[in-house]
Amino acid sequence: MIPEIGHFSLILALAMAMVQAVVPLIGAAKGNENWMRMARPVAQGQFLFVATAFACLTYAFITSDFSVLYVAEHSNTELPLQYRVGAVWGGHEGSMLLWVLMLTGWTMAVSVLSRKLADDLIARVIGVLGLVSTGFLFFILLTSNPFIRLMPAALEGRDLNPLLQDPGLVFHPPMLYMGYVGFSVAFAFAIAALLGGRLDAAWARWSRPWTLVAWMFLTMGIAMGSIWAYYELGWGGWWFWDPVENASFMPWLAGTALIHSLAVTEKRGSFKNWTVLLAIIAFSLSLLGTFLVRSGVLTSVHAFATDPTRGVFILILLVIVTGGSMALYAWRAPKVGLGGRFALVSRESFLLANNVLLLVAAATVLLGTLYPLIIDALGMGKISVGPPYFSVVFVPVMTPLVFLMGVGAMARWKEASLPDLAVRLRWAFAVALISAVIVPFLMGEWYPLVSMGLLLSFWVFATIFVGVRRRVRRNQEIGRPGFSGMTRSYVGMQLAHAGVGAFIVGVTLVNGYQVEKDVRMNVGDTTEVAGYTFRFDGVAQTKGPNYTATQGYIQVIKDGADLMVLHPQKRNYNVQTMPMTEAAIDTGLTRDLYASLGEPVSGGAWSVRIYYKPFIDWIWGGCFIMALGGGLAMSDRRYRLASRRKAEKPSGATHAAGALATEGGRA
Amino acid sequence: MRRFLFVLIAAWAVCGTVAVAKEAAPMIRDPEIAGRMAHLTQKLRCLVCQGQSVADSGSDFSNDIRREVEKLMEEGKSDQEVIGFLVQRYGDFILFEPPVKSTTAPLWIGPFVLMALGGAVLVIVLAKRAKRPVEELSPEQVAAAERLLNDLEKEGKDS
Amino acid sequence: MKLRFLIPLVVFVVMVGFLGKGLLLDPSEVPSPLIDKPAPQFTLSELHNPGAKFASESMKGQVWLLNVWASWCVSCRQEHPVLVELARQHIVPIYGLNYKDTRPEAAQWLRERGNPYDASAFDNDGRVGMDYGVYGVPETYVIDKKGIIRYKQIGPISPSVLRDQILPLVQRLQQGSPT
Repeated sequence: MIPEIGHFSLILALAMAMVQAVVPLIGAAKGNENWMRMARPVAQGQFLFVATAFACLTYAFITSDFSVLYVAEHSNTELPLQYRVGAVWGGHEGSMLLWVLMLTGWTMAVSVLSRKLADDLIARVIGVLGLVSTGFLFFILLTSNPFIRLMPAALEGRDLNPLLQDPGLVFHPPMLYMGYVGFSVAFAFAIAALLGGRLDAAWARWSRPWTLVAWMFLTMGIAMGSIWAYYELGWGGWWFWDPVENASFMPWLAGTALIHSLAVTEKRGSFKNWTVLLAIIAFSLSLLGTFLVRSGVLTSVHAFATDPTRGVFILILLVIVTGGSMALYAWRAPKVGLGGRFALVSRESFLLANNVLLLVAAATVLLGTLYPLIIDALGMGKISVGPPYFSVVFVPVMTPLVFLMGVGAMARWKEASLPDLAVRLRWAFAVALISAVIVPFLMGEWYPLVSMGLLLSFWVFATIFVGVRRRVRRNQEIGRPGFSGMTRSYVGMQLAHAGVGAFIVGVTLVNGYQVEKDVRMNVGDTTEVAGYTFRFDGVAQTKGPNYTATQGYIQVIKDGADLMVLHPQKRNYNVQTMPMTEAAIDTGLTRDLYASLGEPVSGGAWSVRIYYKPFIDWIWGGCFIMALGGGLAMSDRRYRLASRRKAEKPSGATHAAGALATEGGRA
Repeated sequence: MRRFLFVLIAAWAVCGTVAVAKEAAPMIRDPEIAGRMAHLTQKLRCLVCQGQSVADSGSDFSNDIRREVEKLMEEGKSDQEVIGFLVQRYGDFILFEPPVKSTTAPLWIGPFVLMALGGAVLVIVLAKRAKRPVEELSPEQVAAAERLLNDLEKEGKDS
Repeated sequence: MKLRFLIPLVVFVVMVGFLGKGLLLDPSEVPSPLIDKPAPQFTLSELHNPGAKFASESMKGQVWLLNVWASWCVSCRQEHPVLVELARQHIVPIYGLNYKDTRPEAAQWLRERGNPYDASAFDNDGRVGMDYGVYGVPETYVIDKKGIIRYKQIGPISPSVLRDQILPLVQRLQQGSPT
């Protein structure tokens, strides 16, 4: 009964989505206020029904209702409760439902938090989101229905893929989807602005906090996926340039470009066309990712079980959504004004350079990801494009980007002086250069690439320091407390940039100084890695809730003192009988110790892989700092003020005021 | 502590003999070959495991390839010769780093062309912008803007 | 309308074209670089008769199938009846390459399911398999009179693949036209 309620709710949600897509958009076009006002209640109703469907599916998992095919295929009575909940999105159908739940959730949030927005604008935004939702609800109901019954019911479920039985499953997909799908809001705002012909600073101010939240979630989601792969796959790597990872990275790059370009459009009224295009691209790349992961056109570790009809369906959706919006763009964008004037050297220029580089980076990832497909489609053979390619081409794109980051954050809007910038930044550069040359010696060995990486990260930190110090000094000169007048937006920006610096430190040092040892260990054997002694104390059998495991005992000794015992495991899950390697990791601020069991070799010995990974946690720490920066910027008070003020003023005035304000002073 | 002792005893029992502590032997005896192998197998695709490298995968296929690579290296074959051996059997598909040839030229040159193109467009756009006259505002717009700015002052200036 | 605003749409349309084509392709199938190349030569002991040698050299002058199989291979079970039926028709000789298996298990497997092979070479350590670029069992090679590999089937041979691809090719090769 409960699954039927879920199924029925989904059908009702589709009906509401169709109304949401059609009525408010027509209302906005014809100026019919009643029709426009339907947007909010319908969107909220749709969310309610999708949430009900989601709750029903979750209920089916919790109660192990194996008369539902999807549950029978992805769960088992032995599966611990938290993974049964996670298993709801552990397969294609359920994760699509999560996707739509996120989409309707965002729409709901827009409908609630935008009380003061003009009726026609909000009608268009919600209408566009309704269009997207209609497409995906059709997709679920026609090709990927999670509520299909299995007659007769299975006695026992086939269990969740052991790779997914991990806390990572509970957090990573929801975070990632929040981000992916969150770009739909910026997209809808962009389309609404193109439809309504009002593309101004107010529009940018509205889109920006939404985009920042989505970007924040996407950043965290990607970082969590990377952590998960790091400890769960047992290879000690943290990024594999796998098509699925790339599918999440491309929208991130485009989204990062978007939040920067929105800043210019909001403060200076420039780059309007460009910002709109970026909003379309960011969401389109999210959709493209969905297509790549679920259609089976590319091979990947993380891909879902695939089915060509699903691929065709998503491709059609992609054509409608992206093709349609790019056609709209080609039609409407030429009429949009150019916005404020600025000089060749100005913050605007730096931000535009940032955008170009980020898009080149995204295009590079896209090229590398799709190239095997292109070659195959042209009948020119079959090739693989993997990590070695991306590391070769990605660094040259990112290096100037990071360098410009330091300069751009310091430059003035409208017109900056290059000599002035050089004077202010020369100390930062000198400090960064000297540290970058010296530090690798302290780490033990000097490599040019390490020095290069450190130069970039020290440069980031030094420019942030110079920037903040300058603000503090200026405040003190006029007798104000040093840190006054620093908006959350400003602090958020500096924090996010510092996160980039921390990230680079992690990547550089772990690539430069990681130590790997592949040894054959008898009981009592020791091996030394980077000053730590690892002693193998044998293995024992242990049992988990739904698996048995061979657990190794590896004593770590430093300077003669016992430090800890690492417990790497080889698990065998009862149902899917798939051997899983569970690495044991001791995490630290400056290093991780990582041990994983290989295979038993003759005479009770085991092959054991041990890694010493310096500063690896800075990689994810950096990502979380970036996300924190984004969150801080989003909570800036001007977005709250703006929402109060906007209601009374026609948007033309805000635009003019924005132009005036920036013409007159500096923002 | 008791649990730990028990575990230890269990551990010894499982493994049978109590060996004398000694330095563990590396899986690949020759450190030079071990280093070369670690480097090379990262660049090889495990054909049966959807996107993992031979170094990372524990599949039969990868084990065979590793064994073969080690053997070839012990026979004194260079990295290039080993790659040639594998490509002859499995095709370019086994290489994660596609070889540079006519069909992969767009792949290798693409990012740099894009960057150059992006840079050129950027400079042209910026130069054009810098020459543009300031946008004129109508008197009504200016009035509206001033009212708004006054409101702003009242509510506290930010950024 | 200014043309530059159409650029994103054009790029997108081209990409969709490739994605659509991509849906028709199988990304995990690796075409063998050995097609139209001489089949690697090998000499192995026979499965049933450890004393006797099977040499690929001796197959010159006839079209034959080399089928890579193993008793541990699950999809070989699916393919096997097709091979047994083909063997009964005596159209083309089928030779087996018993890949990374043990003699007793392999022999037992053939006893239970029937033996379609004129002979099976016993490739215990998989070295010959590696020379042929075997990565998933079963695999089947069509080798012509000059010892050139003309076709490779990765995965089990289905009756339709046999009827529509392998047999017509075998007939052409037997009549002597090279393609």
